[in-house]
Amino acid sequence: MANYIPSVGMEVHAELLTHSKMFCRCPVAFGGEPNTRVCPVCMGLPGTLPVPNRSAIEMALRTSLALNCKIAYESVFHRKNYFYPDLPKGYQVSQYGETNPLGYHGWVEIPSGDGYQRVSIRRVHLEEDTGKLMHLPSGGSGVDYNRAGVPLMEIVTGFPPDISTPDESKEYLYQLRLILLYLEVCDGKLEHGSMRCEPNISVRPDDQSELGTKTELKNLNSFRSVQLGVQFEVRRQVAVLEGGGRVAQETRGWNDTSETSFLMRTKETEQDYRYFACPDLIPMHFTEEYIEGLRAELPELPLAKLRRYRDDYLLGEKDARRLVEDRHWAEFFEEGIKLGGDPKLVCNWMISDFARLLNETGQVISERAKDDDAHDVSKVTPAHIVDLVNLVSKGTISGKTAKDIFDEMFKSGDFASSLVEKKGATQISDSDQILAWVREALAKNPDVVGKYKSGQTNVIGFLVGQVMKSSQGRANAPMVQDLVKKELE
Amino acid sequence: MLRAKQVSAREVAQAHLDRIRHEDEKYGCFLTVDEPRTLAEADHAQELLDRGEAGPLTGIPIAIKDNISTKGLRTTCASRILENYVPPFDATVMQQISSQGLVTLGKTNLDEFAMGTSCENSAFKPSRNPWDTSRSPGGSSGGSAAAVAAELAPLSLGSDTGGSIRMPASLCGIVGYKPTYGRVSRYGLVAFGSSLDQIGPFARNVEDCALLAEAISGHDHRDSTSLQDAKIKVGGLKSGRLNGLKFALPKEMFEGALEPGVRQIMEETVATLTREGVQFTEISIPEIGLGVTTYYIIAPAEASSNLARFDGVRYGPREESQGHIGVVAATRGRLFGHEVKARIMIGTYALSAGYYDAFYLKAQKVRAKMAAKFEQAFQDFDAVLTPASPVVAFKLGELSDDPLQLKLLDFCTIPANMGGFPGISLNAGFSDGLPVGVQLLAPVMGDEKLLQMAYSVERALPDAIRRPNMP
Repeated sequence: MANYIPSVGMEVHAELLTHSKMFCRCPVAFGGEPNTRVCPVCMGLPGTLPVPNRSAIEMALRTSLALNCKIAYESVFHRKNYFYPDLPKGYQVSQYGETNPLGYHGWVEIPSGDGYQRVSIRRVHLEEDTGKLMHLPSGGSGVDYNRAGVPLMEIVTGFPPDISTPDESKEYLYQLRLILLYLEVCDGKLEHGSMRCEPNISVRPDDQSELGTKTELKNLNSFRSVQLGVQFEVRRQVAVLEGGGRVAQETRGWNDTSETSFLMRTKETEQDYRYFACPDLIPMHFTEEYIEGLRAELPELPLAKLRRYRDDYLLGEKDARRLVEDRHWAEFFEEGIKLGGDPKLVCNWMISDFARLLNETGQVISERAKDDDAHDVSKVTPAHIVDLVNLVSKGTISGKTAKDIFDEMFKSGDFASSLVEKKGATQISDSDQILAWVREALAKNPDVVGKYKSGQTNVIGFLVGQVMKSSQGRANAPMVQDLVKKELE
Repeated sequence: MLRAKQVSAREVAQAHLDRIRHEDEKYGCFLTVDEPRTLAEADHAQELLDRGEAGPLTGIPIAIKDNISTKGLRTTCASRILENYVPPFDATVMQQISSQGLVTLGKTNLDEFAMGTSCENSAFKPSRNPWDTSRSPGGSSGGSAAAVAAELAPLSLGSDTGGSIRMPASLCGIVGYKPTYGRVSRYGLVAFGSSLDQIGPFARNVEDCALLAEAISGHDHRDSTSLQDAKIKVGGLKSGRLNGLKFALPKEMFEGALEPGVRQIMEETVATLTREGVQFTEISIPEIGLGVTTYYIIAPAEASSNLARFDGVRYGPREESQGHIGVVAATRGRLFGHEVKARIMIGTYALSAGYYDAFYLKAQKVRAKMAAKFEQAFQDFDAVLTPASPVVAFKLGELSDDPLQLKLLDFCTIPANMGGFPGISLNAGFSDGLPVGVQLLAPVMGDEKLLQMAYSVERALPDAIRRPNMP
């Protein structure tokens, strides 16, 4: 069997988080009764005209800048003409051309193996979403135009594709989504379809330079389905070629249950969309000053953050990644650093106990992290964590106590220092007191002492535990350790 | 009379409604008349008059071309596919005229989707010329033009994509004006050729026309192509003088295609205006010869896209067929008229991959060049004077088998749409008892001066406001 090299181009549609639609003032939201967020403009009634949404344009420009794209200082909207029942006007307002889209010829970095890999971006352009076809309970079909006219940003990777594995496909989508979340331009909900990914997949034998025939995959609504879908298509195509067949150019759907792709339609000929500049919209002009202003205001992006955490705070790659994979976590962490917390310790407390408790209770980390689902916001603030971390590093409380305190702090929202004061839970570092507990523990457990003397040194942990128990967890653990050892010698 | 309370707005409206009811059978101007609605509007206008809040046109009836959206009032574009379409919103111009107390009489006939020059392409009925009812009133705004000429309405609105206001104004002997593109909002005008379409007024004299232009113009945030200083202010309408004005005569518009009768009236007009002190200079703009060809690429291309929404999903009785494309094809095939289908096909072809550069792109280049040539002329001259139509009103059916000839009738009016500049047509005289219009063209945003010049020209031309003999 020949070796095959897959090539994956990614086409991502992201619904923008604007208040209103692309060309009218209807609100943008998810769900709701059909046809309740519509007006003559987004229904495409005869005589209506589009008025572009400035904030959508700005979001697409910011995304373009974040993806290292060139900016089209002069850019026009085109009409893409085709018939489909969910398309109210018989054309979609979109952007065509190599250098006309708001952003073009950029790149994004994704983790790959032990390092990073660049994925080139061909274009970032704006268009309007279509309506949704629905099957009516009474039979027949209806169209819900709530989604029609929602601002849609299309991000397409460069050609020839840089992505060649299912993992890279998933990682690209993951990093892209993270950037969009950092920019606050899309909610990134693959399961709601507010971010939609359509990979183009082809394979070629490794001794062949030109790319194979590609298929396009639709209905991928999770990272897992993207990964599995690409993997499935690659295997399917290889099997077709190995069987002496040829891959047909077609659009295939992904079935999440059977984890297989199925034929939706063949694309024997390229459809002619008869693009032309939309005469209802005047060309956009951007000044360099405006664009540079947007660039200056871009937030620090996930990979830059990750590198900074790694290099400046000396966090491990995995820990740093855990923090930056959620913008709100990163913000929380940095707030903690600003308050004087030790980066390593703040990070540890966040990704261990705090993460566990949030997960158990379904709470979220900050007010800003709230979304449509009604989660409570945790009472723990960065100041709480820093307070706790400081108590531990000053030796005021033991690590064991700190864990209990964290649980209480999480429940009550009281600061660790005030909880410690209330309970008198400060750490005991009085060596006479500790020594007394140590001797007691040794006296009560002669068999364990015997084991130790016969070489089973690991039983020391049990003895230390007994001392901690006697002190109700308040004894200075390293001191206990030392004294137990000394007494046993 | 309205302001002096000699008549009430309701009486004026009722008189027009009665006249429409009794006379319109002869002319076929109206597609929809809603008498109770008209009378209610008249009562509202009367309130404005009584409260002293009346504007210059409050209480004046007006007819509206049936491709302008009227909330709650059927808007058909003279097409079967919109036969029962009732818009849930008003075009911006409708909001403007109703806020100023004009009273809508009804919706007037047109060539289907404004595609035509004879008003014979209406899916419902042809309109007829009040000067000779065996003849066409011109098109596409034929119903609006004929209604004003037949005194069924003192004012009307039309739309002009390649001459659809100015040409029927010429054939009906009235004033028709296409403002600068972007001075009157297109919001609510059912699009034909979006980059060319412009709403404009018909009236029996320049002053009424100017007042209506003032009423409907202005910036509209709902139309992205609307200009910032769009309001047409006509305060200085009567303060112009002909003496010393410089008019250009593009020789391409006086060659070949002109009917002898039209040529003669043009010559007389030039002579009359020369006596009034206007200096005429012949100029040449060769691109005029390419105007019709260029227009018949750009307008159908845009139309093919604009009319794609009529796919059987939302409008018109759907034809059942195999698959979505089958439904689209069957519905459109049955409900669109021949001319509309022809233009959609031409436009689709012109935009298709492999033909786009050769047709659409090239046409846009010619368009830009033609516009630049006219712009140049406007730097040297106050106005360009041309015939508004190369022919007088033709017999109904006379040209319906000759679509090419019909299309060539637009060659005098097309440049203004290509360049976005304003043009006005007014009656210059008669040829065998049929009106002949003269067209004045002025630079983009030169509407105020254009109307002022037209007013002066009207004063100088004895036949400018003559009416047909009618009952």
